Amino acid sequence: MAEKTKDLLFGPIFDNNPIALQILGICSALAVTSNLSTTVTMCIALTLVTAFSNLFVSMVRNAIPSSIRMIVQMVIIASLVIVVDQLLRAYAYSISKQMSVFVGLIITNCIVMGRVEAFAMKNPPLPSFMDGVGNGLGYSLMLLCLGVVRELFGAGSLFGVTLLNSTADGGWYQTNGLLLLPPSAFFLIGLFIWGLRTWKPEQVEEDTFKMKPHTRVSDAF
Amino acid sequence: MFEHYLSLFVRAVFVENMALAFFLGMCTFIAISKKISTAIGLGIAVVVVQTITVPVNNLILHYLLNEGALSWTGVPALASLDLRFLGLLSYIGVIAAIVQILEMLLDKYVPSLYNALGIFLPLITVNCAILGASLFMVERDYAFGESLVYGIGAGVGWALAITLLAGIREKLKYSDVPNGLKGLGITFITVGLMSLGFMSFSGVQL
Repeated sequence: MAEKTKDLLFGPIFDNNPIALQILGICSALAVTSNLSTTVTMCIALTLVTAFSNLFVSMVRNAIPSSIRMIVQMVIIASLVIVVDQLLRAYAYSISKQMSVFVGLIITNCIVMGRVEAFAMKNPPLPSFMDGVGNGLGYSLMLLCLGVVRELFGAGSLFGVTLLNSTADGGWYQTNGLLLLPPSAFFLIGLFIWGLRTWKPEQVEEDTFKMKPHTRVSDAF
Repeated sequence: MFEHYLSLFVRAVFVENMALAFFLGMCTFIAISKKISTAIGLGIAVVVVQTITVPVNNLILHYLLNEGALSWTGVPALASLDLRFLGLLSYIGVIAAIVQILEMLLDKYVPSLYNALGIFLPLITVNCAILGASLFMVERDYAFGESLVYGIGAGVGWALAITLLAGIREKLKYSDVPNGLKGLGITFITVGLMSLGFMSFSGVQL
């Protein structure tokens, strides 16, 4: 049992990362990572919502008719997100303003829905909760990496505290403006996946198309 | 008036492209863009659903949720209600319901399209581009006509982007990509380059 809980918690971090392998929850990974304080808020919010929606859906899983299960799951997830949204508005208004629609978009974050559908509908509440926390952590790891790189090299600071003095303030560090723009997150995720798959080669995808040996690329077209 | 709608449409398609400028609907965008034919099918489904859900959510906002929106009922206790905190729940409910209805209608009357769309239809419920468009509509306070145009524009923009990506990916599979970068990795980098391209629209004033 202890072994299984460990798998549920830590499996999604490297072996089955939601972003790098399951292609879930990418939208928010790009939009909120340009500075670290929104990144951390997003990570906490998403981990909580995933964990609790898994827990609650798993509790009622035997009572949901399969034809309306999507709507039932949506209602549970949406209620949790409303709680998060209202809490953020009450206690961290400026961050909630910065994140604009992305708090609401946790509802349609595929990690939440994907884990509910793939895991919580078939498993008892406690393992489901663990699975939710684990996937939240896997997502958070990726987001924190992105957030640190983007804010440190894009603006020379972390959590808004200046670490590298930028040339604009008379320091030495030439900031890389590209990293503050959303497309840079794509490149970083791409490189992260490359690194992860070099480390764990079993995650490499099969070729859909094998070229005959001794042919040039131009012959293929 | 017409010019206003036209500029709103062009802005929704290019300048504020759902996929490449706001990065919404990315999961399906990346997962289901291996082939042009499926990408077009999904794109059409998104356009249809956007065109219906954004205006419907607009009506819900203006006649049920907004402060004082219930005054048409004539009951004074209701007229002062502000139900906006229920927004998220109602929008996603409307989207889920409309997708479900659309699925049934297509199954009954246009089975060929239903079979072509297959699993994509239910998937659309969790496509953040759909909910995102409704939330942007709320944030920018669009009137009914504007919301209709915006819905169509947002859908068309997303469909355009996924078709473009699918076209690139069909060519990409003949290329010699490093092992770790195959599939998902190179797709991310491609999308990054595409969105850099789309950023050149961001200075356009209409």
